[in-house]
Amino acid sequence: MWRGDRHVLRGISIDAAAGQMTHVAGPNGSGKTTLLRVLAGLLTPEQGSVIWQGRPIAADREAYSATLSYLGHSDGLKPEFTARENLAFEVGLRRKLEAAAIDEALERVGLTQSCDQPARSLSAGQRRRLAIARVQLTRAPLWILDEPFTNLDSAGVQRLSDVIAEHLDAGGAALIAAHQPPSVPRHAAHRLNLA
Amino acid sequence: MSNTPAADAVWLMYRRDLVLAFRHWDQVAQPVVFFAMVTTLFPLSLSPELGELRQLAGGVLWVAALLAALLGLEFLFRADHADGSLEQMLLSGQPLALLAIAKGAAHWTVCGLPLVLVSPLLAIGLGVPTDALCAVVLSLALGTGILSALGAIGAALTLGLRRGSMLLSLLVLPLAMPALIFGARAIDMAIHGDVTRGPLLLLGAMLVLALTLAPLAVAAALRISAE
Repeated sequence: MWRGDRHVLRGISIDAAAGQMTHVAGPNGSGKTTLLRVLAGLLTPEQGSVIWQGRPIAADREAYSATLSYLGHSDGLKPEFTARENLAFEVGLRRKLEAAAIDEALERVGLTQSCDQPARSLSAGQRRRLAIARVQLTRAPLWILDEPFTNLDSAGVQRLSDVIAEHLDAGGAALIAAHQPPSVPRHAAHRLNLA
Repeated sequence: MSNTPAADAVWLMYRRDLVLAFRHWDQVAQPVVFFAMVTTLFPLSLSPELGELRQLAGGVLWVAALLAALLGLEFLFRADHADGSLEQMLLSGQPLALLAIAKGAAHWTVCGLPLVLVSPLLAIGLGVPTDALCAVVLSLALGTGILSALGAIGAALTLGLRRGSMLLSLLVLPLAMPALIFGARAIDMAIHGDVTRGPLLLLGAMLVLALTLAPLAVAAALRISAE
């Protein structure tokens, strides 16, 4: 995989299994984000392929996208929309959503107080929490999270760890790029080191 | 997992973009104000004589509408690209071409439709007889639709560029020339009391062609720009 005129990823093989968390580690610029974007189908690898449930993802992009939830560097939130509207529109594209489910997700990430504030007036940490609420609401079996702990306070980190643990308990898979190994209750992370 | 039917997703996307647009009133109003300003420049600079203005009315209305519609195009995908919601859209599991149609339709509703609605007023100001107003509205309705579709391709292609707006105009304007020729001609013919069916039907055919091919091109361009 090339970024600009630099070869960043070569000869990498990664597996995600149900109920398993994979921690992608590596120094800055080692290609963690690139790898996750390839796995999410946002980038096309030069060689090799991404196989999901026995089928290459390029065969049916939409079906694959529907099974994954991606959280990138940017939170993917509309600054003009309130927290509630952001979830209603973004998650609504994927599945039917009741107002109660949105309230519950906002409560889980501790945003009940600010659910009617426009996202632009939320702090970076609060926006991250809102993005996590979105990931959780999609109910996708595969989570691809790029530095999900950025900007979160310790309570936020704890909540996110709980949310991930619950996802893994339910048989979901998670690929997480992070500098610190995520400490998720009851689950050990498989580690992939990009050096 | 994706159990929102595609039609609902398109409707949701359309509504989302309309709500977003109405929270930026200034941006929505810009093209209409620009359209009105440019058309009033002509009587000021050429001659206030209605007979003379009438000769130019078709071309003036069309060129002004074309430039006004270009103004709004840059914002079509830019904000979504910047805040990461474009990525989420690509990964929503919905057919991207359909979401592109929804976004294009919303863009036309806030940028193209107002131009069509004020056009009779501006046309009267340029001395267009009331019998010809119907042709003005019809030709601009079809024309702004064509421009939204073509412009969406240009906007999606120039998304990754830092200063894409100039390139966007250079890409879109040549493609819009056939529409300009027939659109301005339709108004001209209506002013002279001729039957305008021919050019209007041609414009309609162009719109159908643009609406059929543009969503696929936009979807492909968005995927490239998101990389």
